[in-house]
Amino acid sequence: MSRIDQRFAKLKEENRAAFVSFVMAGDPKPDVFAKLLKGLPGAGVDIIEVGMPFTDPMADGPAVQLAGQRALAAGQTLKKTLGDIADFRKGDDETPIVLMGYYNPIFNHGVEAFLKDAKDAGVDGLIVVDLPPEEDSELCIPAREAGLDFIRLATPTTDEKRLPTVLKNTSGFVYYVSITGITGAGSADTAAVDDAIKRIKASTDLPVVVGFGVKTPEQGADLAKVADGVVVGSAIIDIIVGKLDRKGGAKVGLVKNVTAFVKSLADAVHSARG
Amino acid sequence: MTAQDHNSFRTGPDEEGRFGQFGGRFVAETLMPLILDLEQAWEEAKTDRSFRSEMENLWRYYVGRPSPLYLASRLTEHLGGAKIYMKRDELNHTGAHKINNVLGQILLARRMGKTRIIAETGAGQHGVATATVCAKFGLKCVVFMGATDVERQKPNVFRMKLLGAEVIPVTSGRSTLKDAMNEALRDWVTNVEDTFYCIGTVAGPHPYPAMVRDFQSIIGWEAKSQIKHAEGRMPDVLIACIGGGSNAMGLFHPFLDEPDVKMIGVEAGGKGVDTDEHAASLTGGRPGVLHGNRTYLLQDDDGQIVEAHSISAGLDYPGIGPEHAWLKEAERVEYVAINDDEALKAFQLCCEMEGIIPALEPAHALAHVMKIAPEMDKKDVIVLNMCGRGDKDIFTVAEALGIEI
Repeated sequence: MSRIDQRFAKLKEENRAAFVSFVMAGDPKPDVFAKLLKGLPGAGVDIIEVGMPFTDPMADGPAVQLAGQRALAAGQTLKKTLGDIADFRKGDDETPIVLMGYYNPIFNHGVEAFLKDAKDAGVDGLIVVDLPPEEDSELCIPAREAGLDFIRLATPTTDEKRLPTVLKNTSGFVYYVSITGITGAGSADTAAVDDAIKRIKASTDLPVVVGFGVKTPEQGADLAKVADGVVVGSAIIDIIVGKLDRKGGAKVGLVKNVTAFVKSLADAVHSARG
Repeated sequence: MTAQDHNSFRTGPDEEGRFGQFGGRFVAETLMPLILDLEQAWEEAKTDRSFRSEMENLWRYYVGRPSPLYLASRLTEHLGGAKIYMKRDELNHTGAHKINNVLGQILLARRMGKTRIIAETGAGQHGVATATVCAKFGLKCVVFMGATDVERQKPNVFRMKLLGAEVIPVTSGRSTLKDAMNEALRDWVTNVEDTFYCIGTVAGPHPYPAMVRDFQSIIGWEAKSQIKHAEGRMPDVLIACIGGGSNAMGLFHPFLDEPDVKMIGVEAGGKGVDTDEHAASLTGGRPGVLHGNRTYLLQDDDGQIVEAHSISAGLDYPGIGPEHAWLKEAERVEYVAINDDEALKAFQLCCEMEGIIPALEPAHALAHVMKIAPEMDKKDVIVLNMCGRGDKDIFTVAEALGIEI
């Protein structure tokens, strides 16, 4: 059983939704990021999504775009991201880690080498935004053969006709994008999300996790009643930004503030089902 | 490509939108249904006579097609070699070849019931063409333009505004053309119901590269019949400049299966392809995935996209259409690079010898003509795509020459 499957099995037993946090590798500085990453499980994070910075993140809003730019400016690379995860694994062998990003840095690294290096580093799953099912032969199928989950995004434009295509090679969980738009934009309507999740669940046994546009503990709690998990990213990045000095360095208390915010989100998600 | 496909260079892309390993549909899931809809609408429109005749009517009476094929006799004499013909697409309404494609896409958008058109633009030529056709049809038009380009292309920004378009300066990333394209994609992901994305070149996810090429192929079809009429035979060499590559693809495609016609694509070498400041993705880049397709890209060791540089804003893009990437690897088309200073000299020569102020983009193609024409026989024939006029570039040229206007 993979780390992701084990985690969802445990959460199901406890009747809790998963709290999934997104952080950008190397943001704001590599050393601060390493500390942040290590603090997440203790703050109640069930699954960690680690962003792989890319110069042209076409599905991301300003918060994630700027996080990626800060990381790249501080010298982050795909190799360093995998190194950070390997370091994290020395102290935590249970919390699932999902890499999220765009295809070009992976293609550039070489698909086969990337899958091996990611697996060795302790990565459990991949979300690659610009690889729809039509391009499954590129990475999705090789990833599953290498023992990594390939987590697909389903969106409000994924209709009945298309849903089976989207679900076909998905594993680990399904990531439901609750709005048409970019990360950090708008806010989802819980009733509409509820309908969409029911529709997806009728076609798959995989857990369904909701993300894009979730900003507060209250929203997280609402969604945790209907979904198997809730993702928060941009709102966490906003807290990081609030603790940067003019030169982009971390002010005292950055890690503490982020961890406290993450804990408030995790607590809300965990206690939502009462 | 299978062995059978080698009989023709004109059958691509395949059903997955691939030209060999290049092309494809590398987009977010939200956009996938929209792209499949577009593909279907285009397949239907392609064979619909009424669609074709409406487009041809507008090309003729609104754009001013066919554009002339003009023998540049003084330039020919001056260079002392091959006969040089210019395909005068700079005489089109709005001053460039861009409108050929825009008209086609907007007619398609209307057919699909879309009411809001978005576009990206670098120098502003595609933005102006899109704003123009939107004004003609009373459609809402939003143009994304890098903040840096908004600053250096003020006349075109004002033109778009006069035509009723909303111009959104893009400050994300590095505020240039590639960021404008990212922002247009972000808008499209957000406004999926009513919005049509009018891409300005033969790039983006399938079906855009093939569709834009088909619209621009009018250039090549006209040139083919015009040169037959003028010379009684096929030309020896076709030359066109390449940013994304739509004017070159449009000229080349109808000729691809003419074995005796040599084709040369001219990329922007900026300050030299051996420096960090150029836009020659085929000469100085390697395959990668960006903006929905696999193609040659300028990128660093980590697979991050690097900024392109050219004196010509229209060539200032770190990628290139996937069909060009394939034609390079298939060795059907030769690709070369011309530097800023060479393009500037060609720009001036064209003004002085022919009374034609070329855009800086085709001035790159002309600079390569200056290199090869003198070495060719006087009976040989070159066709150059004069894809845009240079009014927009006079400020850039003045600055480069150190002249205050």
